[in-house]
Amino acid sequence: MGNDNNQDWTTIIKPKERLLQVDLKELWRYRDLTSLFVRRNITTQYKQTILGPLWYIIQPAMTVIMYMVVFGGIAKIPTDGLPQPLFYLSGICLWQYFNDCLTKTSSTFTANAGIFGKVYFPRMVVPISTVISNLLRFGIQFGLFLVVYAIYQLFIIPGQIHTNWYALLLPLLVLMLAGLALGFGILFSSLTTKYRDMTLLLDFFIRLWMYATPVIYPLSTITNEKLRFVMSLNPLTGIVEAFKYGFLGEGQFSWGLLGYSFAFMVVLLAIGIVIFNRVQRTFMDTV
Amino acid sequence: MATAIEFNNISKIYRLGMVGTGTLAHDLKRWWTMNVRGKEDPYLTIGETNDRSTKGESEYVWALRDIDFKVEQGDVVGIIGKNGAGKSTLLKILSKVTAPTTGTIRARGRIGSLLEVGTGFHPEMTGRENIYMNGAILGMTKAEITKKLDEIVDFSGCERYIDTPVKRYSSGMMVRLGFAVAAHLDPEILVVDEVLAVGDAEFQKKAIGKMQDVSRGEGRTVLFVSHNMASIRALCHTGILLNNGHIQTIGKINEVVETYIGGKKDSNNSIYEDIAIAPGNDKIRIREFSINPIHGNIIDVESGIHINLVFKNNTPNIILDTTFELRTADDVIVFHTGKVLSPDGDSRKGFYQVNFDIPAHTLNTGNYTLRIWFGQNQKYILWGTYEHYFHIENTYTNQGRNLNNLPGIMKPQFDISTSFLE
Repeated sequence: MGNDNNQDWTTIIKPKERLLQVDLKELWRYRDLTSLFVRRNITTQYKQTILGPLWYIIQPAMTVIMYMVVFGGIAKIPTDGLPQPLFYLSGICLWQYFNDCLTKTSSTFTANAGIFGKVYFPRMVVPISTVISNLLRFGIQFGLFLVVYAIYQLFIIPGQIHTNWYALLLPLLVLMLAGLALGFGILFSSLTTKYRDMTLLLDFFIRLWMYATPVIYPLSTITNEKLRFVMSLNPLTGIVEAFKYGFLGEGQFSWGLLGYSFAFMVVLLAIGIVIFNRVQRTFMDTV
Repeated sequence: MATAIEFNNISKIYRLGMVGTGTLAHDLKRWWTMNVRGKEDPYLTIGETNDRSTKGESEYVWALRDIDFKVEQGDVVGIIGKNGAGKSTLLKILSKVTAPTTGTIRARGRIGSLLEVGTGFHPEMTGRENIYMNGAILGMTKAEITKKLDEIVDFSGCERYIDTPVKRYSSGMMVRLGFAVAAHLDPEILVVDEVLAVGDAEFQKKAIGKMQDVSRGEGRTVLFVSHNMASIRALCHTGILLNNGHIQTIGKINEVVETYIGGKKDSNNSIYEDIAIAPGNDKIRIREFSINPIHGNIIDVESGIHINLVFKNNTPNIILDTTFELRTADDVIVFHTGKVLSPDGDSRKGFYQVNFDIPAHTLNTGNYTLRIWFGQNQKYILWGTYEHYFHIENTYTNQGRNLNNLPGIMKPQFDISTSFLE
C-alpha cells in the first residue's frame, strides 16, 4: 500500500486524546440527537400519570406550603420582609432547577451504560440535553412564580414589591445555574463510573448544599462574618441573591459574587470536560 | 484499490474479576509508576493470553493482541472465532465504544456501527418517534431520516403499529424496526455484530439480502461478525479468524471458514474410563461415544456412519429418552430425532447402549455436529448437550471428473433411469 498517503484519513482511533478536546463541530453535527433526547426526556416523564405536567406545579406548591409551615411557622426564619410564598417560591424555582440538572447529569454514565456500550456518539449530548429539557420544568415553575408575584403585587400588597432592572439578568442566572450543574454533574458521573462510593454520598451532599444556599433564609440573616464568607464561597449564593434582588427588591446583590460564580462555572466546566473526555473513552470496561 | 481501514498493532487489555477494593490499590500503583516515575504501565507487562477455559495466573488478560491488518475499500470482511476470541472487542474499538490500550486505527469515511438493533428505543414512545431516536443515535440527521421514513417503515413491515408505543410491540417487531433503521444508514464503512441472528426466518432472509445489496451494489466496506457460517459465506469475501485475541488466519472466506471448522474437529471416538469425571451431571454420564464408518476406514458419502453411545443413567423408574440432532457447519438442522429407552417408565440405574446407522448415500461431504440430549418423561432435560464434530470426506476420485464438493446437504443415490428417445 505504498500509494496511500496519510493525509486523507478521516477517522483516527488512538488510545489517548488531547486533554481539552471538545469537538464542538461533532456536537453540532449531533444537534438533532440532542433535540430528540430533549423531547424524549420531556414527553416520557409524565406518561401514564393522570395529572401529567400539572405535577410540575403541584410539586413546588407543596414544597412552598411545607416550608411555610416548618421554616416560616415553626422555626420562624425571617424572609427579608417579603411574603413567605413569594420568597420560598423564588428560591425553590432556582434550587429545583439546579438540583434536577445535577442529580440527572451525575448519573450520565451509569444510567446510559446500555446505549453507550453499543454505539458511539458524543457522550456530552446526554448531559447537555438533560440540562436543556429541565428548562421546561423551570419555565413552568417560573411561570407559577410570576402568577403568585402578580397576585401579591396587584391585589394583596399593591406596589410594595420593588422589582428592578436587575431582573433582566435572569437568562444569565439560569445559564450559570445550568453551567454549574452540568460541570458538577459530569465531573461527578466521571468519578463514579469506577468507584460508586460517592454516589451514596451525593444525596446527602445535595441536601446539605441546599441549606448552604440562601433558599429558605435570606443571606442578610447571616451576620457572622466568617460564616458569611463561607456562604459566599458557594457559587450559588450570588445567583440566588441576585434573582431575589431583581424580582423582589430584597437581597444582597453583588457583581463580585456573580463574577465569582461565573469564573467558578468556567473553571469547573473545563475540569469537568477534561475528566469526562478521559473517562468516556474506556468507561465501558469498568462501569 | 485504496485501503479503507488500517489496524496498526491494536491491543486491548482487560482486568478480570470484580471492580472492588483491590482496584484502587492497582490504580494508585499505576498512577505512581506512570505519572510520578514516568515509566510504562506496570500491569501491561503481566497480561496473559485470553484463553477462556484455562485458569490464568494474572488478573489482566489481553482481549486483543497486536491486531494488524488492512481492509480494502468495498471489501466485505467476516470476522469469526470462538466465543471470547476478541471479535466483539475489535468491533467495539472500531465503533469507538471503547478505546484500545495500544495501537491506532485509521479509516477513510464515516463509520456506522450496528452492535445491537434498536439501541435507545424507549418503550413509551411510538414506533415513529423511535425511528427518529434510533436513527439519530446511529448518526443520521432528522432530515435524512424523514427522507427515508417511508422506506424504513415499509422494510420493517410494521405500518399498522407505527404510531403505537413500542412497549406494545412483540419482541420480533421491535427487532424488525430496529434493523430497518440500521439498514438505511449510509456510512462508507459499516460494522455489524451478529445482529442477523434475530428475527424469524423470513426476516433473516430479508436482512441478509439487504446486507448483500449494501456490500455489492453500493460498494461499501463492511466488517461483519457472526457465528452463522452460512450468512458469513453468503456475504463476505475476506475472512479473519481470531483465536485468543490473535489473528490466526486471514484470507479468502471459504478457506478461513474451513480452517475454523477444522480446528473444532474432535476425535471421532471418545471413551471415558473414569465415569466420575466423564461428561454429564449427577443424572447422566457418558462413557463412550463414537462415530465410525460402517464400511472402510474413513467416513465418506459411501461409507455410511455408525453412531454408538454408552451412558450411565442414575434415575430409576422414569421414561428415559435420548435425542439426536445433526447440524451442518452452517448450523442448518439436518435432523432431530429421538428414541425412548423405557416407554413404560421402568428405567434402571446403570449403563445403556444406544446405536444407530446413517446409511450410505445420505449426507453430503462437509462438517457436521451431532448433539445429544437426555430427557425424562419427554418433558424435562436430564442433561444436554453433548456435542461431537465430525467430517465426511470427499472421496469422489473414481467417479467422474468433478473433484470439488458438490452443493447440498444430502447426497442421495436415486435410481435415475435414462433412455434416449428420438
